[in-house]
Amino acid sequence: MRAPVPAGLGLALALGVGASALAPSRARAEPPELFAGVFDPPREAPAFSLGGSDGQPISLERFRGKIVVLAFGFTSCPDVCPTTLATLAGARRALGPAAADVQVVYVTVDPQRDDAKRMREYLVAFDPAFLGATGSAEDLAKVREAYGVAAERVARAKTYAFSHSSFTYLVDRTGKLRALMPYGHAANDYAHDLRILLGS
Amino acid sequence: MRTTSAFSWGRDRTARSGARVSRAARAGALCACAAALLTAGWSAFAPIRFDSREALFEIPRGTFARRMAGEPLPILPDEIHLTLELQDVLLLRNLDEVPQIFGPTLMMPGQSFRLPFRQAASYQFACTAHASGQMTISVDAHPETPWARLSWRARALGRWIRSRLPS
Repeated sequence: MRAPVPAGLGLALALGVGASALAPSRARAEPPELFAGVFDPPREAPAFSLGGSDGQPISLERFRGKIVVLAFGFTSCPDVCPTTLATLAGARRALGPAAADVQVVYVTVDPQRDDAKRMREYLVAFDPAFLGATGSAEDLAKVREAYGVAAERVARAKTYAFSHSSFTYLVDRTGKLRALMPYGHAANDYAHDLRILLGS
Repeated sequence: MRTTSAFSWGRDRTARSGARVSRAARAGALCACAAALLTAGWSAFAPIRFDSREALFEIPRGTFARRMAGEPLPILPDEIHLTLELQDVLLLRNLDEVPQIFGPTLMMPGQSFRLPFRQAASYQFACTAHASGQMTISVDAHPETPWARLSWRARALGRWIRSRLPS
């Protein structure tokens, strides 16, 4: 008969304390507007100039007036990059004619293998309008630092891969870095946010 | 004629005292069980609410300087727990004078970053603010059923207790 008393009291006290501590009183707030993470205030997106997969220099200035979706990765990526790029292609399809005002720029973290030609051949399979950006290892490292992107080379059997950040960066028509979309969102989520940014 | 020896009288008193203790223990146990049941019932049926859907984490002013001076300053916990529809927005705010890598993003001084979650899952983010280089955000499904609410509260209580135990 002695064991249940402290055990029961302990349980009751524990649940009571925990429950009362975890049960504040106000009702639910309104849901957030964008699916992506939003900066407040938005800052100027860090400028860069890299080589484009179309043979032209790639900079944010070149696409001023459009929404730029920046993705970082490498063409040998087995999972994250193909998923992200396929999702972005789906989002552009969902936008219809408005997709003309959305430019996807895929910045490589693997300049050793990803030259302009290889990026062009890789990206066209997802969406012919996608552009790749490549450059020297130093220039690409500076771009990653400016955006807070992590990329680490990982040795694989006879080759190598990269562990890299999987966020995509949404830059508005005026060149402001407005939002970050985490990996895993559906094409419709992107389309939803891009419509909002296109209209703002 | 009935006689009572000192020995049997003492035995009776011990037996009566034992019975009283046993009754008190039984009553105590019943009360504890009732309290536990009531608490469990409340935990299962009372709706869970938060003041805000935002879980706020801030980098205080002077953090960079203090870190440069060698002070170990944890900014974000290794794991953050959110719950859909209750508290499902991560709000990061940099109040320091220098840019900071804060969770998944680089933030300028005075800038905040508001990241909503809409899917229950465990999210891993690279984060240089952590010794492990990684931060986990665990997003639980909204606890709809009584059992889910009870389980949610028990897990939250477990985390609360663990966070107060010496590491």
